[in-house]
Amino acid sequence: MHARSPWNPDRAASIIDAHRRLRGNLLPILHALQEEFGCIDEEAVPLLARDLNLSRAEVHGVVSFYHEFRRTRPGRHTVKVCRAEACQSMDAEALIDHVRRRLKVDFGGTTADGAFTLESVFCLGNCALAPAVMVDETLHGRVDARRFDAILSAEAGR
Amino acid sequence: MSEPMRTIFVPRDAAALSVGADAVVAAIRAEAVRRNIPVRIVRNGSRGMLWLEPLVEVVTDAGRIAYGLVTPEDVPALFDAGFLSGAEHPLGHGPTEAIPYFARQERLTFARCGVIDPLSVEDYRAHGGFRGLERALAMTPDEIVAEVTESGLRGRGGAGFPTGVKWKTVQGAVADEKFVCCNADEGDSGTFADRMIMEGDPFCLIEGMTIAAIAVGARQGYVYIRSEYPHAIATMREAIRLAYDERWLGEDIHGTAYSFHLEVRVGAGAYICGEETAMLESIEGKRGMVRAKPPLPALEGLFGKPTVVNNVLSLTSVPVILDKGAACYRDFGVGRSRGTLAFQLAGNIRQGGIVEKAFGITLHELLYDFGGGTLSGRPIRAVQVGGPLGAYLPPALFDLPKDYEAFAEAEAIVGHGGIVVFDDRVDMARQARFAMEFCAAESCGKCTPCRVGSTRGVEVMDKVLAGENVEANLTLLQDLCEVMVDGSLCAMGGMTPVPVRSALRHFPDDFLRTPAAVAAE
Repeated sequence: MHARSPWNPDRAASIIDAHRRLRGNLLPILHALQEEFGCIDEEAVPLLARDLNLSRAEVHGVVSFYHEFRRTRPGRHTVKVCRAEACQSMDAEALIDHVRRRLKVDFGGTTADGAFTLESVFCLGNCALAPAVMVDETLHGRVDARRFDAILSAEAGR
Repeated sequence: MSEPMRTIFVPRDAAALSVGADAVVAAIRAEAVRRNIPVRIVRNGSRGMLWLEPLVEVVTDAGRIAYGLVTPEDVPALFDAGFLSGAEHPLGHGPTEAIPYFARQERLTFARCGVIDPLSVEDYRAHGGFRGLERALAMTPDEIVAEVTESGLRGRGGAGFPTGVKWKTVQGAVADEKFVCCNADEGDSGTFADRMIMEGDPFCLIEGMTIAAIAVGARQGYVYIRSEYPHAIATMREAIRLAYDERWLGEDIHGTAYSFHLEVRVGAGAYICGEETAMLESIEGKRGMVRAKPPLPALEGLFGKPTVVNNVLSLTSVPVILDKGAACYRDFGVGRSRGTLAFQLAGNIRQGGIVEKAFGITLHELLYDFGGGTLSGRPIRAVQVGGPLGAYLPPALFDLPKDYEAFAEAEAIVGHGGIVVFDDRVDMARQARFAMEFCAAESCGKCTPCRVGSTRGVEVMDKVLAGENVEANLTLLQDLCEVMVDGSLCAMGGMTPVPVRSALRHFPDDFLRTPAAVAAE
């Protein structure tokens, strides 16, 4: 389940402050901001630039470079489906078709009820038990259509 | 008379959790309470026999007895059958270490993985942990570097560069500070050994990095772990905290003059950050853009300072080398490939998992003797060895011995030992297209051959797949591959052609499509 705290510049400033002593602290700060607010809010960019003595372009460049950092709030849960080679060999394509139909969204989309955001990922490190899916931080192996539906029902209930 | 306390091992490894290990633990606890039997459940790492997960082990007088593929529903029946004393049951496999898959391995790096409680310093010590570091603390930095060089250890991340030579360069560099960085950005499909050892034996990585730091004169280290590995991140962070508590990290390690500080840094979903210079940029808080080399990171690495960048398995091989000596390690292997490699059997394979063996084993042995063929039961058509930038090989090449040089001769790479298996339903032209698509998605964008070449590669492959001017487009594809190989800044663009060309060379029929045939599909 993702944090849903609304953007709060004071809270953001204190998160930045907590990381001040770390060297190369931009990524740890971005992770912490995303954990708190569910995404990297537009307003975070100028705040970070000012506080870390960077240009807005530099901050924006880092945020946009990494797939993990989101600019918009995700659904309550994130579903990541692996589409790398080991999962391909176990017919991840069929699973992905099923997932898309079932959630009625494509990769990057959020279900109409705001419950799930669907993302693709290249490798979850569960390649001997493919296909692999990660829901929030819970990893699932040997996922087929039936198992996926069961996982989804369990998560939707939370 | 009260029942004696029983000890049961159920892994906390992410792969085991992915198939229900936590639910099995809950079921065992509940059943034990119901039967009034005292049990102690240890959450170990995985033994690496992933096809048997969740693998439950019970400690008996005859050693640890294994029960595989356990579900919560099986638990009452296991109790009924007397599994707590190692009794037979349809899910039983006898003594864990006698299971042929395990017994035939040569476990050096993974010796403790799955055996111990990963977050118990005491358990780690009881199984030979920190002995290598203790020996290193009594040696000079020169002697440590010499020992690692002697062992023949080569970088396990894929490139195979001699670890001792790299350390020597950093050691010889003069600077006010130096760093040791562990590359745990294990982004290649078909690899999970780094994750497994970080979750199953995290102190081993801490020990290896500390030895490296002493050898080269570094006081600060970073473990860069990909964000897709939340379990490994949590385990490493906790292990680092425990190591500080017990003074294996920090100032004046165990009363010596050496100090070493270690921190976990988390990636953010960029495959390219597995490239060492991109990883350094990322740790510095920047976009993960590849740097031109030279300067080598050994001389100008993190924050411009001399830096050791090693893969997880290189660093976790160091403690045993220091503990048992270079000669002991070097005795394993063939030619210039010394020691063992943790091969990872992945994809469509019946018995997937970790197989740590000396170099020189053939793919055939790995795929059939260990792997048992495909999970689907169909014939193996191709295997991809060494990750997304590795070659696709047909069965005709399965007798190639696994060593760096033999593979290089066959225009393939051993890489990190990841092997992904495909059955006869695979379309190799589609795999070639995927290689280009992956490169287009994950290129850092710094150099044109990689950034633009990969996108052009996808377009050309789309035409081939549609049966459009196939011959001319394949010529174009070959040209494009040549440009990418010769002109790219790093292995991302430089090696994406490896899977593409190998697919084309070994499986040409998949590429020779006609519009009519495509339309008929």
